[in-house]
Amino acid sequence: MQKITQNQLIEKAASLLSDGTVNAVLGWSRGEFGYDVTPKMFKTEEDLKENFVWNDFCGVNFSKYLVSKTDRFDGKILVFLKPCDTYSFNQLLTEHRFEREKVYAVGIPCEGMVDVIKLKAVTGEGISEIKEDGENLLVTTIYEDAPVKVAFKDVLLERCINCKSKKHVAYDELMGDEGEVIESKRFDEVAKIEAMTPDERFAFWQNELSRCIRCNACRDACPACTCEKCVFDNPQSGVENKAPANSFEEKMFHIIRAYHVAGRCTDCGECSRVCPQNIPLHLLNRKFIKDINEFYGEYQAGAEVGSRAPLVDYTTEDLEPGEVFDRRDIDA
Amino acid sequence: MLKCSLDKINSVFEEIAKTAKLYIPADDKDGSAVYKQWENGIEWSSSLNTVRSPKDFFLPQMENLMEFKTEGKNIEVIDNRCETEDFVIFGVRACDVKSFEVLDRVFLSEPVDSYYASRREKGVIVSTACSKPSETCFCKTFGISPEEPEGDVTTWKTEDEIFFKANTSKGEALLEKLSAYTEECDETVVTEQKEKISAIMAKLPLKDLKTDAFGGGKTEEFFNNPVWEELSGSCLGCGTCTFVCPTCQCYDIKDFNTGKGVIRFRCWDSCMYSEFTKMAHGNNRITQKERFRQRFMHKLVYYPENNDGMFSCVGCGRCLSKCPISMNIVKVMKKIGDVDA
Repeated sequence: MQKITQNQLIEKAASLLSDGTVNAVLGWSRGEFGYDVTPKMFKTEEDLKENFVWNDFCGVNFSKYLVSKTDRFDGKILVFLKPCDTYSFNQLLTEHRFEREKVYAVGIPCEGMVDVIKLKAVTGEGISEIKEDGENLLVTTIYEDAPVKVAFKDVLLERCINCKSKKHVAYDELMGDEGEVIESKRFDEVAKIEAMTPDERFAFWQNELSRCIRCNACRDACPACTCEKCVFDNPQSGVENKAPANSFEEKMFHIIRAYHVAGRCTDCGECSRVCPQNIPLHLLNRKFIKDINEFYGEYQAGAEVGSRAPLVDYTTEDLEPGEVFDRRDIDA
Repeated sequence: MLKCSLDKINSVFEEIAKTAKLYIPADDKDGSAVYKQWENGIEWSSSLNTVRSPKDFFLPQMENLMEFKTEGKNIEVIDNRCETEDFVIFGVRACDVKSFEVLDRVFLSEPVDSYYASRREKGVIVSTACSKPSETCFCKTFGISPEEPEGDVTTWKTEDEIFFKANTSKGEALLEKLSAYTEECDETVVTEQKEKISAIMAKLPLKDLKTDAFGGGKTEEFFNNPVWEELSGSCLGCGTCTFVCPTCQCYDIKDFNTGKGVIRFRCWDSCMYSEFTKMAHGNNRITQKERFRQRFMHKLVYYPENNDGMFSCVGCGRCLSKCPISMNIVKVMKKIGDVDA
């Protein structure tokens, strides 16, 4: 379903490795069932040919990996970035989280990535092979004689259904078009929650967040969460917890996190993709983005390096705090 | 062997719930299965398994151990134990039943963990044979039988019937209570069912995964393997694998200051976390490589060394489907053990 092929990426990576432009390639490696790809640093052409994968399951946003990878690796790293990944890339540069010159970024087009849970809801368990066939996926399972045909667009990740941009905002080289920012309906779900009564809204989040197991996957996958030491990991902070002590605490963790990434969250959607309990965490962040857009004018974190986020900037046109306060009635 | 029509399953649940809290896998609103306390209207999920393992029933993610209240120079110790109720967990899969044995070997050996022990004593486990395993299943690797799971009672579910067999006196007592709904039968249908499951198991992608390379006494062999660096290289350091795992049993005990006293509680901990087993001198597992290695060495080498060769993985596949970056014990076993499967 992707416009660019795995072989094209392998060739590109191999040539940049062999001509010395880069010393390692951050890419996706093959798994057991076709959908379970794992990020990996490739250092040889043989390894690339044997294990490198590019398919409809390469959802992992590599930008955050660059913080630790560039820190621990002396050479230059080739990274393949999908359009949404490039926003995180810029945001991390804005925050001085890695050295730009240690990275060679190749922008690759993306047609959206598949949600394995949605896929399995159609095919059932027992997936042994997944092949692409035009606009469909052909999924072989151990239970069916013939492969099950699944329409690609029916099983996309939520963040891809509501893709905000096909534009690469950072790259050293492009494979394919630069792409364009596109219209999305990503705030529709937020608007629905805003339209709830405060009690309904509380019940909605209570229900969602009560499923949290405090695995911290949302935080650990989040490109905006790159503190050297998270307050929730610090025993000295007094709020360090490995398990939610009560239902209030689950909310506290997620709400504090949402506040901390406000204005820096690019809406890459990794938090919701990685949540083992399917909590729609991205909606918290989108609410902040929607409010920022409405209060201070359209702002997209990571659209350019060095931009000043409205929450850390001041202009005379800024909304008065009183007006923000008044809006609570509109929301309620 | 006893059987009962599935039409009557609600009555069976109702009967069990009369004398004990009953928990069954039920569908959550997002479609995934979760153990819920049964009440009229809660239906038995057709999902293969729950996202969270049933270890919560014996080792809850968080439990209060005791409270202290201070008044002047007096300290009052308050017993706030709550693990005193009888309960039944219904529909537990073979892998998860086996995980209780893994936990037993830790918590029931001296010094016995009395919180865990009383929950084990109060709980009755009703297992259900698998009928549609997932590609992520590899329980056979650890000698587990999805055809005939262990537990106080084993059940087999067909299209329209459910079959019961008691394995323990607790199980017999439970089936006694259900006698109004069940009838004696021979094992023909169950035998057929078991054969079907075996045939499916033989088709699973991970069917050839073996543990031969692992076990006690292999610390030296694996500890300094350079491959840990590569395998752990993409690990995010989150605790998903450890928290969905039915056998991960590490915990922390902490004091919560209430202002008027202290609540001492226990909560799950994760070897993936940077503060895990932090001591006065600091931490002996400084990077994610050491933390990652610890998790797999524990399951494949240290635990079997201390437990007569038993591995502390049951092949449930939860880490395979839930790891955000799809790194898991199967990939580790294949790479480290050079296991070709």
